[in-house]
Amino acid sequence: MFAEIVAVVIFIAMFVLIVSEKIERHIITLVCAALTIIFVFGIGLHSLTAIDETLNIRSIFTTNFWYQAGEASESSSGINWSTIIFIAGMMIMVEGMAMVGFFRWLCMKLAKLVHYKPIPIFVTFMILSACLAMFIDSITVILFLAACTVELARMLKFNPIPVILTEIFCANLGGSSTMCGDPPNIIVGTSLGYTFTDFITNTGVIAGISLIVVVIFFYFVLRNKITTGEKIDPESLNFDPASVITDKKKFVLSTLIFLLAVALLVTHAMTGLTVAMIGVGIAILTLIVSGKNFLTILKKVDYKTLLFFVGLFVVVGGLEQTGILEVLAGVIETLSGGNVYIMIAIILWVSAIASAFIDNIPFAATMIPVISALAETSGVPLNVMAWTLSLGTDIGGSATPIGASANVVGIAVASKEGYPISWKRYCTVLAPATIIVLVISMACIYLRYL
Amino acid sequence: MSQIIISIGREYGSGGHEIAQKLSERLGIAMYDRNMLESIAEYKGVDYSELQKYDEAPRNKLMTRTIKGLSSSHEDNIAEMQFKYLKDKAEKGESFVAVGRCAETVLKDFEGLVSFFILGDKESRIQRIAKTRNMSYDEAKSAVSRHDRSRKFYHNRYSDVKWGDSRNYDITINSSKIGVDEVVNILLEYIDKRFNK
Repeated sequence: MFAEIVAVVIFIAMFVLIVSEKIERHIITLVCAALTIIFVFGIGLHSLTAIDETLNIRSIFTTNFWYQAGEASESSSGINWSTIIFIAGMMIMVEGMAMVGFFRWLCMKLAKLVHYKPIPIFVTFMILSACLAMFIDSITVILFLAACTVELARMLKFNPIPVILTEIFCANLGGSSTMCGDPPNIIVGTSLGYTFTDFITNTGVIAGISLIVVVIFFYFVLRNKITTGEKIDPESLNFDPASVITDKKKFVLSTLIFLLAVALLVTHAMTGLTVAMIGVGIAILTLIVSGKNFLTILKKVDYKTLLFFVGLFVVVGGLEQTGILEVLAGVIETLSGGNVYIMIAIILWVSAIASAFIDNIPFAATMIPVISALAETSGVPLNVMAWTLSLGTDIGGSATPIGASANVVGIAVASKEGYPISWKRYCTVLAPATIIVLVISMACIYLRYL
Repeated sequence: MSQIIISIGREYGSGGHEIAQKLSERLGIAMYDRNMLESIAEYKGVDYSELQKYDEAPRNKLMTRTIKGLSSSHEDNIAEMQFKYLKDKAEKGESFVAVGRCAETVLKDFEGLVSFFILGDKESRIQRIAKTRNMSYDEAKSAVSRHDRSRKFYHNRYSDVKWGDSRNYDITINSSKIGVDEVVNILLEYIDKRFNK
C-alpha cells in the first residue's frame, strides 16, 4: 500500500509543479523520477526488477530496438527510449532545415503562389500547417507559420489573428494524423507497437475528414474578419521568397533529408526500420550536411524536453508497476457498465477535456497502461482504444490557449508582435471547432470499428 | 551633462506620477510612462487599446503557460516590450524619467540610474484619488487596494527584490508628509549631489 500511495503522491506533485511553472519542468520530472526509484521501487516494492524494467536501458541494445522484421512492440513500462531518440533526431533535422531558411521560404513561396491574396493565404496556410505538422513537431511549425503570417499581415494589411488561430488548430489536427506528428502519438505508437501506416490509415483518415470540415467551418466563420479593407498591390511588394534562403546547397540537401525522413516513416512497416533507427539516421545525415554548423545545431537541440520525457516515463512507470492504473481502468469499465460505446466516449471526451487544460504528454503516457488493461478485461480491441486516446488527447488540446504547446507558441508569437489573443477570442473560434472534430471522430470510430 | 536615468516606483495615489512629471520638466528630460506603449503600438502598427489592457498588470498563472521561453501571457510580453524599449533608450545614452515598469531592476546596470520609490499614508492616498478621479471614498479605497496589489504582483514577478523595499532604491520617500513639490525639491537636491559630486 505504501508504494501505491507514494507513487500517486509523486505523480500528483509532479503535475501540480509542472502547472505552477515555478521550476523548469525537466527538473521536476527528473527529481520525481529519482523519488519514484528510491521510494516506490526501492523502499516500497523492494524490487530491482521494477527499476530495471522502468529504466529500460537494456532494450536499446537489442536488435528489435533498431530493426523489427515482424510486428513487435516496446514494453509499455518505463522509459520509452524509441520516442526519445526519435524526437532528438527530428529536432536535429528541423534545426538544420530552419538554419537554411526552409520554413520561411515555404511560407513566402506559398503566399506568392496565391498572389499574396489574404483569403487564399488563410486557406492554404491552414492546409500547410496540417501537412507540416504530420511530420514536424507542432511547436516548430507554428513558430515559423505564425511569424510569417504576422510578416505577411503587415505587408498586405490584413488581420493575422484569425489566420494564426486556424494554423494552431490545423497543426494539432495534422499532428493527430501520423505516428510522429504529436508526442502522444509517438508514445502510443512506440509503446503499443503501431506503425506509421497504422496511424495514417486510422487517425489519419479521421483527421483528413475533419480537416475538410474545419477548413469550411473556419472559412465561413472568419473570412470577414481577415481583410481590413485596405488593398495592397502585390506587384508593389517586390519580394523574392528565395531571398530568405541562407545557403542554397544546404537548402537543397536539407529538403532532400526531410523528404527521405518522410519516405522512411511512411515505409517503416515495410522496411523494418524502427523510428529510433530513422531518428538516428536522419540526425547523422543532417549533421554531416551541416558541416561547420555541426556544433551550433547540436547546441540548439532541446535537451530539456528530452530529459522531461525521461523523468516522466519513470514516474508513470511507478504508477504502472504498483498496479494503480489497473484500478483506474476498472473505474472506467464500471462507469461504462461494460458498454463499449460508452467506454469509447469516456476515453475520447475525458482525454479531450483533460488535454484542454493539462499537458497531454503525461496524460497520454498515463493512459496507455489504462487502455491496455481495459482491452484485456473488456474485450474491446486495443487499437480502437489507442486511436481514441490519440484523437482525444491531440484534438482536445486545441480547445483552450493552454491545451497544447502549439497554442502557447502561436499566442506568444502573436502577442510579442502586438496582437494579443484573449481567452475569449481564442475559445470563441477554436472551442466549437474542437467539439465539431471530436464529434466527427466519435462518429467515425463508432461507424468503422464498433 | 552625463546620462541621468530616474526610475520612479510608486504606490497608487502617492503622487508618484506627478513627481515624475515635475522632475522631467525641471531637468528638461523625457518621461516614459504609458506613452511608451503608445510608441510601441505605433511602431508595430497595432491598436494601442488592445495592448493597454495588459499594461503593468500581473499575469494569471492558471490561464497561461510558457513553452521554450515563449509565454502566452500578454502581460509578460507587453512588460518585455516595455523593458526592451527602456533599455534601448538607455543604451542610446538618453536621459529620462521612467515611471513604474520595474525600471529600477531593468536598468540597474546603467551607471546613470537613480531610483526613487514614492509612498504615502493610505488615508491621504485615498483622499487624493477620490479628488483627482472624482470617486466616492469607498470607490477610491478599493481602487487604492486593487492597484497596489496589482503593482506589487507585477513588480515582484520581474524583479528579484520586493516592491517598495527600501534596500532596492536610492530613496524611498513619503509624499503625504511634505507634499509633492517638497518631494521634488529633495529628489532634485539628491540628484544634484549624486551627479555633481
